[in-house]
Amino acid sequence: MIPELGHYALVLALVLALAQATVPMVGAARGIRPWMQLARPAALAQFVFVAFAFIALMHAFAVSDFSVAIVTQHSHSDQPLIYRLSATWGNHEGSLLLWVLILTVFGALVALFGENLPPRLKARTLSIQAMISVGFLLFMLLTSNPFARLNPAPMQGNELNPLLQDPGLALHPPMLYLGYVGFSIVFSFAVAALIDGKVDAAWARWVRPWCLLSWTTLTGGIALGSWWAYNELGWGGWWFWDPVENASFMPWLIGTALLHSALVVEKRDALKSWTILLSILTFGFALLGTFLVRSGIITSVHAFADDPTRGVFILALLAIAIGVPLSLYALRAPALRGGGLFAPLSREGALVMNNLLLATMTATVLLGTLYPLLLELATGSTISVGGPFYMATFGVLALPLLIVMAIGPFLGWKRGDVRGALQRLTVAGISALGAAIIAVWIQGDGPIMAPLGMFVGVWLMVGTLVEFMERIRLFDGDAGRVWSRARHLPRAAYGMTLAHLGLAIAVIGMTGAGAWKSEEVKVLQPGQSLTLQGYEFKLERVGGVRGENYLAEQAHFTVSRGGSFVADLYPERRQYMVQPAPTTEAAIHTMPLADLYAVIGEPDGKGGWLVRIYHEPLVGWIWFGALVMVAGGLTSLSDRRYRVGAPVRAAATQAAKA
Amino acid sequence: MSRKRLRLYLVLATLVVLGIATTLVLRALNEELVFFLSPTQIAEKQPDAGRQIRLGGLVEAGSVEKSGETVAFSVTDLSSNVRVTYRGLLPDLFREGQGVVVQGAFDGNGRFVASEVLAKHDETYMPPEVAKALKESGRWQETEGKGTAQPVVTQ
Repeated sequence: MIPELGHYALVLALVLALAQATVPMVGAARGIRPWMQLARPAALAQFVFVAFAFIALMHAFAVSDFSVAIVTQHSHSDQPLIYRLSATWGNHEGSLLLWVLILTVFGALVALFGENLPPRLKARTLSIQAMISVGFLLFMLLTSNPFARLNPAPMQGNELNPLLQDPGLALHPPMLYLGYVGFSIVFSFAVAALIDGKVDAAWARWVRPWCLLSWTTLTGGIALGSWWAYNELGWGGWWFWDPVENASFMPWLIGTALLHSALVVEKRDALKSWTILLSILTFGFALLGTFLVRSGIITSVHAFADDPTRGVFILALLAIAIGVPLSLYALRAPALRGGGLFAPLSREGALVMNNLLLATMTATVLLGTLYPLLLELATGSTISVGGPFYMATFGVLALPLLIVMAIGPFLGWKRGDVRGALQRLTVAGISALGAAIIAVWIQGDGPIMAPLGMFVGVWLMVGTLVEFMERIRLFDGDAGRVWSRARHLPRAAYGMTLAHLGLAIAVIGMTGAGAWKSEEVKVLQPGQSLTLQGYEFKLERVGGVRGENYLAEQAHFTVSRGGSFVADLYPERRQYMVQPAPTTEAAIHTMPLADLYAVIGEPDGKGGWLVRIYHEPLVGWIWFGALVMVAGGLTSLSDRRYRVGAPVRAAATQAAKA
Repeated sequence: MSRKRLRLYLVLATLVVLGIATTLVLRALNEELVFFLSPTQIAEKQPDAGRQIRLGGLVEAGSVEKSGETVAFSVTDLSSNVRVTYRGLLPDLFREGQGVVVQGAFDGNGRFVASEVLAKHDETYMPPEVAKALKESGRWQETEGKGTAQPVVTQ
């Protein structure tokens, strides 16, 4: 009964979305206030119905109702509750419902907190948002009904893929979706502004919190996914340039560009039409990602089972959702002209550079993702594009981006003093050079990207710190006055400092882990040991342990260095109840400068075990950096001036300060 | 700074960045692509030693030999096969008779040394490249592998 109610709720949500998509739009065009005001209750009710459907589905998973097809396919009654619940979005239908839920959450938030938006803009934005809902609700109801029943119902289910039974992965999809579906609202604002024909500083301020929120959660979601891969896959890797990873990374890159160009619109009233274009493209990339993942056209470790009708449906959605706004853009963008002029060497100039490089980097990722597909269509030969391709394109383009990133904040709006900025960055330059020399000294004749990566990472880190110290004039006046200056600095400034600092930390981590990872594979008898990078790993014993829904062989390593104890490691090889294949559970010891990573393989039949040990320098910095970036996003989001619904007047007066 | 002048600078900057990017991409496409080959294609023309390729097919039943840290096995598309050696941990789902994709290169002595044996998340999953290779060798049975692919979702 509950599943049917859930299904029914989705149909009602579709009807509401249809009303919300049309009536306020017409109302805005004809100036009929009550029609425009319909958007608010419709958005709220739509959210309530979709949320009800989502809870109904979660309930089916929680109580293991195997008469629901996807519960049978993806859950098992012995799974711990958290993984029964996370199984709700561990499949195509359920994750699509989550997608739509988040879409309606954002609609409802704008309806609730958009009090001081101009009524026309608000009505149109919510109407566009509802059009996206219509598309996805139709997609779900026509091709992927999450509530489809099985008759007769089986006694037991197939279990969630054991690899997905991990706390990081329980959270990863919701975070990621918050990010990339969040950009839908920015998209809706952009299309609404195109229809209005007006983009100004106020528009940029309304859009900013949504953009920041999406960027922050997307950053967190991508980092969690990579953290999961590192912990769970047992390969010691954290990024594979897999098409599905790229699918989430492209909206992040373009979204980052958008975040910065919106800043120029807000402060200087320039780059308007470019910002609108980025808003459309960011969500376009999110849709493209959805298409790539769900159509099965791309070979990926993450891919869903392929179903051509779904692929065609999403492709059609993509074509409409991008094609129509882009046509509208072509018609209206020339009218958006105007705004402040600036010298090429200025804060605006640096942000243009940021946008240009980010957009180009996105294009290289897009090319690498789609090229195998296009080549196969054209010539029939199958190829794969891996890490080396991206290092030689994306990686190289990232270098100037990171260089400019440290300089930009020192430049003034309109006209910047680059010489002065570089002088103030002397310390950063010297530190960066030092780091590069140390890198060369460590690695001998290793990859050239390692010292370059260290150079730009340290350059950005020190540059960002120097900029912050100058802002609060750390060495000017007594501690009390410095403290007071620090307190009065807007939160957005702290946000920028943290986000840039976080990226610098992550870049240093990626460079170290990418270039200097080392590994050793060996068969060990209990009592024997192997040595890697000065760490001695002694296999003490291997024994059986029992988890809630699996059996495992667990190895015990003691790690020591120069005779003194470092850590105990307990990697496992797990056999889950239902799925026949064993899975490896790596054991990881994290230290400030490196991780030790141990995996246990199969016994050799003679009392020995195949073991694999990795030494991963600086790898922990990647996720620490991501965490700092997320903290930066949240700090900026808490800035009073951007608080959703903040009085427009206050925003205008304070804008001058930053 | 006139509007015209500003636009000129913007266009120049764009051209420079795009030019650099295009050069990088073309170079990388030349050097860094990894082609996927089936055992039959390799039997017809063995790739140059040292050139990275991906090889896909089925792990031939009874062909797996383990000795210490190294393992040797044959990858077959049921018409030809290629002997592969690999040093390291095999993925959990590695089985005789199952689809596999290995990345590596031929050494100077005509032996294929794998640097990576690609793990697939699911034991009933047939990598599409493998299915394609099997189809091309004419040994594909429609009942096998197809439709049993279970979705694996991480997002």
